Amino acid sequence: MVAFRNHRPAPLAALAMNRRRMLALGGLAAGTGALAACGSNTGRGSGDGVNLSQWYHQYGEAGTQQAAEKYAAAYEDAHVSINWIPGDYDTALSSGLLAEKEGDYPDVFEGHLNRAMVESGQVVPLDDILTDVLDDYTADDLARNTIDGKVYGVRMIDDPQFLYYRPSLLDAAGVTPPTTFDELMAAAADLTTGDVKGLFLGNDDSATKLFQPIVFSAGQTLLTEDNRIGFDKDTVIAGALQVKELHDSSSLLVGAPTEAWDPSSIIQELCAIQWCGLWALPQIAEAHGDDIAVIPFPAFGTGTPTVFNGGWDTFVNAASANVDEAKAFVKWLWVDHEEFILDWNLSYGFHIPPRLSMRGGAEQLQTGPAAEAVRISEEYGWAENPNWTPTMETAVDDMMTNIVLEGNDPSAEFDNAVATIQGELDGIFG
Amino acid sequence: MAVSAPPAADPGSAGTGDRRPRSRRPGRLRTSLAFWGFVGPFLAGLAVFTLVPVLWSAYLSFFDATNTVTPLPEDFVGFGNYADMLTDRAFQDSLITFSVFAALIVPLTFACSLGLALMLNKVRFMRAFFRSVFFLPFACSYVVASLVWKMSIFNGVRYGLANSVLDLFGVEDVAWLFNPDPPWYWLVIVSLRLWIQCGFYMILFIAALQQIPEHLYEAAYVDGAKPGRQTFWHITLPQLRATSVAVLMLILIAAYQAFDEFINLIGNQAYARPPLVYLYYTALGTQQDLGRGSAGALILALIIAIVTLLQGRFLGFGNKEGR
Repeated sequence: MVAFRNHRPAPLAALAMNRRRMLALGGLAAGTGALAACGSNTGRGSGDGVNLSQWYHQYGEAGTQQAAEKYAAAYEDAHVSINWIPGDYDTALSSGLLAEKEGDYPDVFEGHLNRAMVESGQVVPLDDILTDVLDDYTADDLARNTIDGKVYGVRMIDDPQFLYYRPSLLDAAGVTPPTTFDELMAAAADLTTGDVKGLFLGNDDSATKLFQPIVFSAGQTLLTEDNRIGFDKDTVIAGALQVKELHDSSSLLVGAPTEAWDPSSIIQELCAIQWCGLWALPQIAEAHGDDIAVIPFPAFGTGTPTVFNGGWDTFVNAASANVDEAKAFVKWLWVDHEEFILDWNLSYGFHIPPRLSMRGGAEQLQTGPAAEAVRISEEYGWAENPNWTPTMETAVDDMMTNIVLEGNDPSAEFDNAVATIQGELDGIFG
Repeated sequence: MAVSAPPAADPGSAGTGDRRPRSRRPGRLRTSLAFWGFVGPFLAGLAVFTLVPVLWSAYLSFFDATNTVTPLPEDFVGFGNYADMLTDRAFQDSLITFSVFAALIVPLTFACSLGLALMLNKVRFMRAFFRSVFFLPFACSYVVASLVWKMSIFNGVRYGLANSVLDLFGVEDVAWLFNPDPPWYWLVIVSLRLWIQCGFYMILFIAALQQIPEHLYEAAYVDGAKPGRQTFWHITLPQLRATSVAVLMLILIAAYQAFDEFINLIGNQAYARPPLVYLYYTALGTQQDLGRGSAGALILALIIAIVTLLQGRFLGFGNKEGR
């Protein structure tokens, strides 16, 4: 993990250190990068054979870390140590991938593919361990792990994200489950009482996360097959202004103690409808029993409802000293070991097993809200695109924030974001 | 510092009866040994942890260094990264965010810490207790304080402390951090930093206040000055000049480095993203754009250097007290 820098002036000596502290700022970028790779688990065995380090982000569900350790311990051809990383996983991982010393970097890690990882040679293609099972994944799951015809990641879990709601609260307010964004706004208003807000989408991303639903609801996409911008101005602006209307109403919960990936808000009855993922279903069901149901995110304009199919993939670090052993381990765990794959997908939080042939064995997902979640995920789901870079995402996030929360001119904001995205595209494909 | 180690304190020449150093050379050698002995480790640390990273960062800023700290020669982009950062609206906005933050936090911290110091200086009992109480928050980490502020005081739901109080007056729940209109997030951010840093600057002011000779006040009283506003403006404040200048500079530089509370309270939001948070996400998040991140860091360092030098020049940093 990157340790947060301490910005308090050094007591008393601070005066003399002005200049040094000033220069230290300039060194932030390089300095922190070099120091950042200090999170690795050193609990390695001293026996013969190969040591592999496997990195996970911190899953919120109880028992997941023990499960990861159980799988690692069951592997016999190498000693696998688990590095379980709380906090800002993306940053920790990015720094870990820069490391060159064995033990400082992950050999095997979970994450999300983007083109820069391939172009800078950080991940190795895994086509050879996937040959036999390629048609056992959904097209989306393959596409998001493929760059220029090579597959780099093995899908571990599919995590559809949608809206959870409390049928009892909707009945009491005389509201039917919304199918369009207008209905959602009306429902949120009707469901808002003194103590309970109608809808919770997130604290810091309640505006930004709706950009992609706007685009996919209209049947558009982020980037086309030939890597051009796949959405148009009128659609985005119309959607963003609707989102602004929702934010300007007082029926949206903002500033909840936890973000929307955590089901606490709907569990603690702070809201009647919450954006969350399938993983949280066991926790929510435990709190509310049968009084919980799911719907896809309602349609913008005349479009379709949408479901973001998130999830995680496993990769092999190209800088690893033991690439072949790491690939063998990935094949053993995430391709061949049906028992562990199902355990990881179903025993803690709920996830849809990415392997189509294993979905039949997922009894937990055959009934109730879980079955509905699987259905809407398959019918309305969309996946991220590995050519959509973090810079592009920041550009549209800022656009949404500036339109929705700051009330800036939508047209100028859109043009600004598109200019950034086009600049990125020109830099990569131009 | 080490330079002031007196050469006469040479134990070898003690007791010989000869007061004169036997030769100039060994003395000078010892002095320079002592000098390097004290300064060397500091310089080595400076080189390893500051100079090398700064120079490396400067080197990276001329390359398209994505996902790497050792870019290839063909990735050289000249001043491209600097041009990108200077025309990047998000970076410009981050500088504006910072300026607003500085405009709020610098005068407030100055006034609060000076006010506390003046009050503590007047208190006749339990001085040490009050001094410790106000200094204690300085020992708290920004991360911990951010969590307390975000989760228990200023969360946006009905059981947050601030909202519970507002509730007593029938005011609706406020989403303190995540609704920039009205910009309540400044209240959260500024109050947090005030709580943490006021105590530290208060101690500096107390030390300076105790240095002001009592006879100045006595002479003023003899001349008919009244205690209170008159002596404060004409004696106390001028006497605190050097400390005030130093404190202003320290507060401003600390403000430039604002990072912990912003990232922990709000994260990556366009409306409240100071330069360091933006650069953190550019260089170290999934973007891993170390070239542009380094260019931005150097631009920022340059701005801080210029502002600090100008401030020092206008306010007379380094002048002796009372001049």
